Amino acid sequence: MKPPNGQAPRDAVPVAEAAAPVSPPGGGSGPEQSGQQNGRRKMKLAGGRLDVRHLSLLGVLIALAIVGAATKPDEFLSTDNLQLILTQASVIGVVTVGVTFVIIGGGIDLSVGAIVALASVWATTVATQDYGLTGMLLCSVLVGVGCGLVNGLLIAYGPMVPFIATLAMLASARGLALQISDGKTQVVNVESVLDLGVPSSYVLGIPPIVLVFAFVGVVGWLVLNRTTFGRRTVAVGGNPEASRLAGIAVKRQRLLLYLLSGLCCGIAAFMLIILTGSGQNTNGNLYELDAIAAAIIGGTLLSGGRGTILGSVLGVLVFTTITNLFALNNLQSDVQQIAKGAIIVAAVLVQKGRSTP
Amino acid sequence: MTENPRAPRITATSRRNMLFGTAAAGAALFAAGCTSNESNDGKEDEAGSANVADDKPGKKVTIGFAGPQADHGWLNAITTQAKNRAKKYKDVTLESTEGSNDNAQQIGQVETLINKKVDVLVILPADGKALTQVGLKAMRAGIPVVNLDRIFDSQQAYRCWIGGDNYGMGLNAGHYIGEQLKDKKNAKVVELAGIDNLELTRQRSKGFDDALKNYPNIKKVARQSAEFTVESGQAKMAQLLRAQTKFDALWNHDDDQGVGAERAIKQAGRDEFLMVGGAGSKRVMEAIKKDDGVIKATVLYPPTMAASAIDLARALGQGKGVSGMAEFEIPASLTLYSAVVTKENVDEYLPIGFT
Repeated sequence: MKPPNGQAPRDAVPVAEAAAPVSPPGGGSGPEQSGQQNGRRKMKLAGGRLDVRHLSLLGVLIALAIVGAATKPDEFLSTDNLQLILTQASVIGVVTVGVTFVIIGGGIDLSVGAIVALASVWATTVATQDYGLTGMLLCSVLVGVGCGLVNGLLIAYGPMVPFIATLAMLASARGLALQISDGKTQVVNVESVLDLGVPSSYVLGIPPIVLVFAFVGVVGWLVLNRTTFGRRTVAVGGNPEASRLAGIAVKRQRLLLYLLSGLCCGIAAFMLIILTGSGQNTNGNLYELDAIAAAIIGGTLLSGGRGTILGSVLGVLVFTTITNLFALNNLQSDVQQIAKGAIIVAAVLVQKGRSTP
Repeated sequence: MTENPRAPRITATSRRNMLFGTAAAGAALFAAGCTSNESNDGKEDEAGSANVADDKPGKKVTIGFAGPQADHGWLNAITTQAKNRAKKYKDVTLESTEGSNDNAQQIGQVETLINKKVDVLVILPADGKALTQVGLKAMRAGIPVVNLDRIFDSQQAYRCWIGGDNYGMGLNAGHYIGEQLKDKKNAKVVELAGIDNLELTRQRSKGFDDALKNYPNIKKVARQSAEFTVESGQAKMAQLLRAQTKFDALWNHDDDQGVGAERAIKQAGRDEFLMVGGAGSKRVMEAIKKDDGVIKATVLYPPTMAASAIDLARALGQGKGVSGMAEFEIPASLTLYSAVVTKENVDEYLPIGFT
């Protein structure tokens, strides 16, 4: 069955879901097979039950909290500190939600940091600031979606693999950000934007950007687990060929995934503008690695077909809590980086041990 | 290492040329000096000015300029300062390369300038150690090198070094804070440093610590390093403010990351301490002038050094010395002073504050 133009008939979707975990004719290679197995496992999880991976991450978070409470009881165990951890997790958290979708769909997005930089710079030029909050928000989101569109077109309909296409976007988006800002820090003068980042605007003590993070997380979870879009994403990532045969528009799905990632970058860029009160071409430095690392320790399979939003969010929170813990204890960035690396290895080892019987 | 035996000879050749030039210039000065002594004092001044660099057009000089990527306010100011100063002189042509943070790429750019046979090179290396060899290559090719700020590993790789004083920056920041807090018992100080794997960050921190040793009542209670970016400044400062619920002074190494740090301070609603900046951005200087926030001073790391480097390169190309100094030649090294800009003297420094 070869649908013309890859347009999926609606009634074909349940077939796709059923077909995704099935081996393609001729049998798959090792990683593909594990992807399918995990794909099946994911299906069971679609109901939203917590599984071992999340429990182990929750365990890590609780362990970190105990360390924090033991070393710095007054500073760590306070609502202010919780607020700080959530605030610092928000921007990278939103980016990670988008990246998680792309990875589950069998792709990779290395350009997220650069897109955040470009969107934050573009939205804070003197010309854009003239349009006020709405103009800046719109600009930021449009730049993000635009970059995602270019990524998606190159990967889904062009001849490029995701790694190369998004690497190219990484380079050129950073370059454009540098060109627009001329290397300068663009300070925001729009009061309504600045106000969103200071305590007077907090809702019940929760900063607006944390609310946005929560909103994006919940919407991401719903889209992945409760919509055909989400199921198609898992199917396409687990086994693109079977998905195609089952009538899923694989190319269109891929395009949409990069658009979604770009959208998340645009939102994150505006959150960063609120947080720092400025736009700078160095913004979003190494976000691609942070986001991928968080998704991986959250249980997302790098080869696609498996992953959860909750896992990624927990992954982000683990990293942010570590940073917080180290800073509270006045440990320097070298130690922080070593710990980060060790945690990635440990988390993946734990998951490997659990998922291969 | 295999090139080393050759190095002295070639350097010696270029030195000989320089010496010859110096001797010629010296002889002229000497001769002029003799005549003026015989007649009157007015002529002596005239004779002196003939040998030092001034604004009057002289021999045409092509200066090659290679710097890192201008992705930071200070680096941006460096490039601008160099370009504007070169424009000021009718006899100077500036061949400027596109900035790069990649060592291999910057080496390639300097080699291109050598091949173009520019008269003098001004190099601000992305990494001083990594670009030493290409500096040596230029010197051997008979092109004198003015090494800007980040120093080469070998003195043979440059004719003149000019740069800022990172240790002195920390020292002056420490002394300023020390003087402000000297009457306060158990004063607490916090440091927000720059990129930790840069030598300059370590020197700044060392200078800061050394200065604070003079004030036994002051203790540095916390230090975190940001990355010279607004985002990292906000993130690290937010953590510091949580970790230290009360302190008396903060030194932030860099005014660019300070944009983020000040944002974090505002978000935490804190104002019980005084803040000292670093590098000297226009924004911070204006804040110091207004005096309505925590920021009370900033320690300069003047980007004007790039303009001075162009002056030195021009003097080198024209075989002249520096006005106001007794030397026939430009000096081998120049360290700029890291002045503390406060409300009292801010008007003086505002014009060189970078954006």
